Parts: sequence; structure tokens; C-alpha cells
Amino acid sequence: MSLIDFFKAKKKSSASVAKERLQIIVAHERTNRNQPDYLPALQQDLLAVIRKYIPIADDMVQVSLDKNDDCAVLELNITLPEAS
Amino acid sequence: MAEIIVVTSGKGGVGKTTTSAAIGTGLALKGHKTVIIDFDVGLRNLDLIMGCERRVVYDFVNVINGEANLHQTLIKDKRVENLSILPASQTRDKDALTQEGVQKVLDELKKTYDYIVCDSPAGIEKGAMMAMYFADRAVVVTNPEVSSVRDSDRILGILQSKTLKAEKGEAIKEHLLLTRYSPERVEKGEMLSVKDVEDILSIPLLGVIPESKAVLAASNQGAPVIMDSESDAGQAYSDAVRRLLGENVEHRFLTASKKGILSRMFGGR
Repeated sequence: MSLIDFFKAKKKSSASVAKERLQIIVAHERTNRNQPDYLPALQQDLLAVIRKYIPIADDMVQVSLDKNDDCAVLELNITLPEAS
Repeated sequence: MAEIIVVTSGKGGVGKTTTSAAIGTGLALKGHKTVIIDFDVGLRNLDLIMGCERRVVYDFVNVINGEANLHQTLIKDKRVENLSILPASQTRDKDALTQEGVQKVLDELKKTYDYIVCDSPAGIEKGAMMAMYFADRAVVVTNPEVSSVRDSDRILGILQSKTLKAEKGEAIKEHLLLTRYSPERVEKGEMLSVKDVEDILSIPLLGVIPESKAVLAASNQGAPVIMDSESDAGQAYSDAVRRLLGENVEHRFLTASKKGILSRMFGGR
């Protein structure tokens, strides 16, 4: 590594920033890719029901649908806030 | 058996029409009977890139609606044997492309042609969906730039779920074509590299077309850039066509050319 490279290395190149950003967004969008359209609405309804009893943040309810060969599993992941 | 190749990208302006014209012409130059279809109803441009804009009489939608037959509508290229163009309609809207209509035309073309190249419009609406629905292979044109790569990934998702092959449980053969590549900028860390894009999209690389003055010069003159065999872009497209036909060709134009002192001083390329 030359001296110039040493100074250059301090600042991340814009291309590597681009790659990192792309990897994250693409991975995120791929998980949503084969999900049915109704999932976001279902998630909102579930949030509303749970909020009748417990105050919880928007991202505390995760809904996903996994399809296997002969069955589909609707997975609900509800994280409750820590007891205060 | 005729093969249907869709040239698609999601994002506009990345070089779909340039690529369709180059690949279609390249296949014909290799002796295969080839037709290039413009699916961009309302915004036809393949005719201009191919230099046959003044010879358009009927169009794709006319054929679908039975207002003209294929023989009247296809434009035979004057330079290259075995090559025809099916222009898009400039006046209708994209709903004129029905699945049954497109299938009928493709079935008819399959009887005489070896390769049917479908030039997709940008976006993911009707025209783009119809261009890819019947495809056997897809050339995904991508620029080394965030929005283009993201859109390409989205298109890959659609190719894998909303096409005839996908519905039958088969897979479309996917090819990545990276265009407007600038090795100099990649080396400076200003541009995503071939490997970066391959890592993200993880589909086989068909070719890398360098950013080149020859592309604009070719479109100015209405001659597909692949016919400019002196140019870097033309040679890169020729290589890509050979790979598409199954040949093993080493990738070129991936590294910056060393500049001499004179060209450094005067900025020539």
C-alpha cells in the first residue's frame, strides 16, 4: 500500500457507499417480493387491535407469509414493550 | 425452434433500444433470421435507431387488430440480410397490446424467424409486461448506478413470477448487460464496478458496454452501433452476441486505457 493509498483509504469511495446502500435496499425489497398485497393492511389492523390494550410502536408487529410445497404459514411476530 | 429474447431494464434511458438494435443486428449478421419488435406503443424509437423511420407504413397494433398483415408491416433492413423490424404504433395507447394479440403475432413470426428480439418500454406497465411475458431469455440492461441496479432487481423479480415460463414453473434465462461503463471512474471509486453489480443482482454477465462516443454517433446516423466494428462499444456488443449464441468470449474494456502524456494534456480519448 502506497502512502497515497493510505490517505485515500480514510474516505470511503462513493461507489462503496452505493454498493452498501443497494445491498440493503435490494435485500429488503426481495423479502417483500412474493408477499400478498393484503399484508400491510393486515399489519395495520393487527396494530389497531393490540393498541386497544397495549401501547406499541408501528414496527413491533411483523407479518410475513411463507409458502412451502403444500402449505402456507402466516407468521405474526409481535414484540411487546418492556414492562415499565 | 425460434427463441424470444426480451431486452428490458425497468429504468428508462439505460440503453434498451440501443441494445435491442445492436443485438438484433448482431444475430442477423451471424446468419440467423431475426426480427426486432418495438413494444413501446406511443413512444416508438427503434425505427429511428435502426434508420428506417421513413419506411414505416403499418405497425404492431395494426397487425394485432387485423388492419394489416405481417408481410406488409415488417420492414426489411437494407444493410443486413435476415433482419426485419416491427415498429410500434405511435398513435394508439399501450392498452392496444393484448396478450392474445401479442401471442398471435409472435406465433406467426416464430414460423419464419430464428430470433425474436422484444424491445421493452421503460417501466412495469402493460407494454413492458407484454414484451417479457412470452420470453425465453431476458437481457437485463443495467447502468452502474443505484437507481438502475435497483430497478433491474425489481424487473428480475417480475421475470421470475409474472411471465409465461414462470407460470409453467420454468425459468427464463437471465443475462446481465452492463452499459455506459467507465473503467476510469470505477478505478477512482466513483462508479460501481462490474463485480459490485454482479454481486447484487447475481445473474450471469452477458457483457459490459463501455461508455462510448460511438453510441451517440450511431444513433445520430440511424445505424446500430454494432455495425461500427472499429468502435469499442461496437466490439463489446459483438462479443455479447457471440456469448448469447453460446461462445466463450473473454470480457474486454474492463480496465482503463493508459493515457499518453499528450492525451492527458489535451483530454482526448
